[in-house]
Amino acid sequence: MTPVDALAEAATVERRFGSFTAVQAVDLSVVAGEVVGLLGANGAGKTTLIRLLLGLLRPSEGSVRLFGSPPSVAGRRRVGYLPQTLGLYADLTVAQNWSFTTAAFGIRAALPASIGTWRNDLVGALPLGTQREVAFAVALGHRPELLVLDEPTSGVGPLGRARLWEQIRQAADGGAGALVTTHNMEEAQECDRLVVMADGRVVVSGTVTDIIGDRMVTEVRCADWASAFTVLDREGFEVQAAGQGVLRVTGQAADVQKALATCGIEEAAVSTVGANLEEAFVAIVSGPAVSGPAVSGPAVSGPAVSGPAVA
Amino acid sequence: MTWGLENVRVGFGHRIALDGVTVPAGPASVTVVVGGDGAGKSTCLKTLVGLVRPQAGSVRRPAKERIGYVPATAGLYADLTVQQNLDFSASAYRLPAGQRGQREQQLLERTGLAGVRRRLGGQLSGGMQRKLAVALALLHAPDLLVLDEPTTGVDPVSRAELWRLISAAAAQGTAVVVATTYVNEAARAASVVLLEAGKALASGSPDAILRGVPGVVGTAAHRGGGGRPDPLSWRRGVGWRVWAPDGELPAGVERAAPDFDDAVVVAELAAKAGR
Repeated sequence: MTPVDALAEAATVERRFGSFTAVQAVDLSVVAGEVVGLLGANGAGKTTLIRLLLGLLRPSEGSVRLFGSPPSVAGRRRVGYLPQTLGLYADLTVAQNWSFTTAAFGIRAALPASIGTWRNDLVGALPLGTQREVAFAVALGHRPELLVLDEPTSGVGPLGRARLWEQIRQAADGGAGALVTTHNMEEAQECDRLVVMADGRVVVSGTVTDIIGDRMVTEVRCADWASAFTVLDREGFEVQAAGQGVLRVTGQAADVQKALATCGIEEAAVSTVGANLEEAFVAIVSGPAVSGPAVSGPAVSGPAVSGPAVA
Repeated sequence: MTWGLENVRVGFGHRIALDGVTVPAGPASVTVVVGGDGAGKSTCLKTLVGLVRPQAGSVRRPAKERIGYVPATAGLYADLTVQQNLDFSASAYRLPAGQRGQREQQLLERTGLAGVRRRLGGQLSGGMQRKLAVALALLHAPDLLVLDEPTTGVDPVSRAELWRLISAAAAQGTAVVVATTYVNEAARAASVVLLEAGKALASGSPDAILRGVPGVVGTAAHRGGGGRPDPLSWRRGVGWRVWAPDGELPAGVERAAPDFDDAVVVAELAAKAGR
């Protein structure tokens, strides 16, 4: 059943909390050498799924396997887990945090050289960026076979993020698998494969190209962007500013053009362009009626969305 | 520039938090201040709204009651309901009773909070709290809206709602200044300030920043087991990006048009090399 190289696998897993079902019929696997991105809105079930895979929670239905067996402390030893909250003790030094973590999992390994500089510093006294580097080194220092990283680069600048990803990629080159959650769509594009969750279920998975598919958005270029934005916003279009004089709108170009013309905005250049990952994600997660390209635009004539009247 | 910071220096004890930073803020436009943790973003915004006094430079802002400010944490009362939070803000800004109902309803609908008027602020999800905080700051239709990381840790759906709200305020004439760690949000602004270690690495319109990337940027494939193909390179997806300050890319590296992410990395690498 389980492919030999699946490092972590969930098979039709369900987890209920009382009457609330946090995770429902989820299938997911991470194999050696691949980086899988786990995306979803807050409350979609990502953290519950991670806790199930690590054995911190038991599934209500279905099965979870970590290195081919039910999750156990022996399995956890082979995992590098970076929680959102970093999982460090603020009132211990960097070296003490390392000793504590390695002792807890029965690992024998020296303090990674990359964090040696701060060996005797209290974690709580270090800048946030440095704390994150330390947490990363602690999670990866024992050369785990599976990395589970929950929002690993939140608050990190692009260069810092690229350096952390260098480490993730290096681990994957060496045969480790990685499961990474993120709200940052730039970061999501660093992954080999994405799994998108909504309301406890996997709603779509595949490469970035698979997920965007043939979704399109309408781009509006207009010197008077403010008037165009106000009109489209009021008419209930999902409209976003995208640079100077550029708007991106979910909806058919013809409908957008009509709405603008009706309000006397004539000199706008309207075209249809491919959606980006963020737009595709928002459409997938928030719209039940989104099945194809650009079908989700509200009809201009009808009050599709309760758009506030602008006095 | 109508409002904003000009050449501002802020120090806390021996530490210089801001070193000659300029942040423009004009009506009907969005300025984004981008930087990682500890770059000085919050200090910038606090100086702009008058919570921190600069040692040098000038600050221009409208009267206090014409500013809407959301700090990086909170921005609402956790032990008041959504409706009570709105009432409190409306009273604090002396919003005429006749205007309250409509304005509140409008903001609640736009933020998807209309169904949770009676829920305590502290019981809202993180994304909902940020949306409520921004709605509270917008209630009195301020001339200057200052938002400290409104979208950090917020999922993309709520982030899109927040940005729609922010852009709508700018479209109606508000001057908006937003701090963020998400580089791609800079593309939504008219004006961008890249902040690192208390200094502005680059500033201007998003297009001007992209045009101003020094040297050339290229892409290189990843060779299994190999490290950085060049000292001035960084990981991007399955491959690498390489920066050549002198315009000469190493052999095997293909020239690429830099995006905003690249522009920020190059600015950081250039700043490191200059030190």
